[in-house]
Amino acid sequence: MLEKKLTVSSSPHLKSPVTTRSIMLDVVIALMPALVASVMIFGVRSLLLTLCCAAACVVFEYLYALLLKKPQTVGDFSAVVTGVLLAFNLPVTLPLWMAIIGCFVAIVIVKQLFGGIGQNFVNPALVGRIVLMISFPAQMTYWVAPGSGADAVSSATPLAVLSGAEGTMPELAELLFGLRGGCLGETCILALLLGGVYLVLRKVISPVIPLCYLGTVAALTALGGAYPLYQLLSGGLVLGAIFMATDYTTSPLTTKGRIVYAVGCGLITCLIRLFGSMTEGVSFSIILMNLVVPYLDKLFPSKPFGGKPKEKREKGAAA
Amino acid sequence: MANRRRFRFSRGGAQVPHHKNTAECETLEFMNPEQVTIPMQQHIGAPCIPTVKVGDLVRVGQVIGLSDAFLTAPIHASISGKVGAITQVQMPAGNTQTAITILSDGNMEKDDTISPPQVNSREDFIAAIKESGLVGLGGAGFPTFVKLNPKNLSEVNTLIINAAECEPYITSDYRECMENPGDIVGGISLVDKWLEMQEIFIGIEDNKPAAIQLLTERFAGSPKVKVVPLKSRYPQGAEKVLIYEITGRVVPEGGLPADVGVMVQNVTSVAFLHRYFQTGYPLVSKRITVDGGAIARPMNVRVPIGTSIEEVAKFAGGYKKPPKKILNGGPMMGLAHATDQFPVLKQTNALLFLAEEDLPKAAEPTPCIRCGRCVASCPMHLMPVEIETACQEKDLESLLSHKVMVCMECGTCEYSCPAKRPLVTVLRLSKQMVRAASRK
Repeated sequence: MLEKKLTVSSSPHLKSPVTTRSIMLDVVIALMPALVASVMIFGVRSLLLTLCCAAACVVFEYLYALLLKKPQTVGDFSAVVTGVLLAFNLPVTLPLWMAIIGCFVAIVIVKQLFGGIGQNFVNPALVGRIVLMISFPAQMTYWVAPGSGADAVSSATPLAVLSGAEGTMPELAELLFGLRGGCLGETCILALLLGGVYLVLRKVISPVIPLCYLGTVAALTALGGAYPLYQLLSGGLVLGAIFMATDYTTSPLTTKGRIVYAVGCGLITCLIRLFGSMTEGVSFSIILMNLVVPYLDKLFPSKPFGGKPKEKREKGAAA
Repeated sequence: MANRRRFRFSRGGAQVPHHKNTAECETLEFMNPEQVTIPMQQHIGAPCIPTVKVGDLVRVGQVIGLSDAFLTAPIHASISGKVGAITQVQMPAGNTQTAITILSDGNMEKDDTISPPQVNSREDFIAAIKESGLVGLGGAGFPTFVKLNPKNLSEVNTLIINAAECEPYITSDYRECMENPGDIVGGISLVDKWLEMQEIFIGIEDNKPAAIQLLTERFAGSPKVKVVPLKSRYPQGAEKVLIYEITGRVVPEGGLPADVGVMVQNVTSVAFLHRYFQTGYPLVSKRITVDGGAIARPMNVRVPIGTSIEEVAKFAGGYKKPPKKILNGGPMMGLAHATDQFPVLKQTNALLFLAEEDLPKAAEPTPCIRCGRCVASCPMHLMPVEIETACQEKDLESLLSHKVMVCMECGTCEYSCPAKRPLVTVLRLSKQMVRAASRK
């Protein structure tokens, strides 16, 4: 007879080593090249701002669970990801207290009040950025030229130049390396792509959303005669397509749904960039498409293997 | 047909660790347990009724349980000796059933009635298989004679032999391929002779190159039979997945392989058929893989049906450390046992004695992050994440529209879930809900 009691549980008895925490850590790792590039381009303050945002998000997440006696989820690193992504969407000169307000909006209002991880209906970091944009428009659009450090020199972003503002358009190589004005994490395209490739290889994200998003923008701007290559490399598009539009909770579950979602993001981005009064539309386009994700999940469900279509709802889906 | 495979793109499944530690362990024989406990239902269908009394002397191969029902399989004595008890025993799944305990006389004397069955027609063939007590040896335990006798037999033209063996650890079908290729050849030609197939495929996962090579050589002279290497990906051996991978045909929801003209047989089942028609020996013993970090000598071993797990463990050198879980079957779909007193059944293909370090650390489920891994990995293309929500809300309509009944509980979704949610349990509950509602 056995001396010790056996564990009896339902199959499967093996589990993949991937956890929410390991996924979030992978995302943090994938963001590191862009952070290093940002420090090289804009100076140490970009590191300070990023650390400040990550810390603020973690503290808000921790305090929320503590004060409301909810299960503590701070260990899953998702707050760190939100913090770093929010920081990447801020100008390097933004006062820290403003950034912390953005973190509060992202973690407490958008994420926790709607039920915490997996329940937020829009991307927390993007809403944090948009609230800051509306609250502090001057500080949120104060772009410094790369390498100007403490004696910040204001500079127009390439997108503003494309839309007709005064300034010179950087060379393509400069755009790739991120030597231009803009949010602190969005400029170095090469570093962002490196992170994206890492995420795809680690199977954290599928390449469907980034490719469809970027492809749509390229196609539409080419049609509109608006320098597709410059459009792709400018603004927050690559950061948004790889790291923000792919947020699990706010993107569809099936590949079909993801294609429609990503094409929608690309379409709205182009509409805002080409016809809107704002120069940049990545944040708004992703948030608008976030809102229709529940409908996309309904409209483009996975088709069961050998399933017979008979329900009314499924007929609607097929149309 | 074979060319079409190359262009097919199939979805789902998971890369699970193989752990085929016992692949090179030749089958040992353990034929002298002190006693066996033989439950009266080791198949899908009606339980048998004992045909012997306490005190009767029985011999190997003698019928000890029968049923009048159509869907059933007779039960035979697996050792010779005296019937010690006929009692109600609790089974691993929690149900109780009648079981016959036979105390061994140590002689393993063969029953006089055992002789090769005489077959002159398809009806004889099916009737003989019914008497053999054979059930699907891949694990499901569906009576083989029913499977070989579909209503639309004339439309069934493709035989698929399932040697995929996609569950981690298990190597018993692989050993069948390596040790008894002649029986596989013989069994296939028997089925072909009486049921007249046009095409025959043997599906094997490509992590077993030696078996693929051996069987390809053995069937070099039979143009009808093709050995098909399959990508090693769980659950490649699931019936519907296997049929799709090999023929491109999709078994409809609620349908059978026969609906798309296919018949699937496990490789050990088909090899058994050949031995049975040679010798007349019914299904009384079974090769099982014994493995796991808690067992001293991992092995493949042939044991009489009804041998207690404890005796098998003793034969395999005993426990080198306390087992944390004992599984009947593989780690993906196997049933966890509460004690080692349960018997080996016809469908048992492995006994795994897993130690603490073989198992994932027990983790509380965390909130779903809607990553879609369960959707992407489901071989049946279901959406477990949506089914979980529907189950929690007891939304029957939504469960039906998500086709929860198509789920085969293979566990791929739960394996893949980063939030460690108990998806298989949820899916089973959902299926129960649907079944209960349809009974009303």
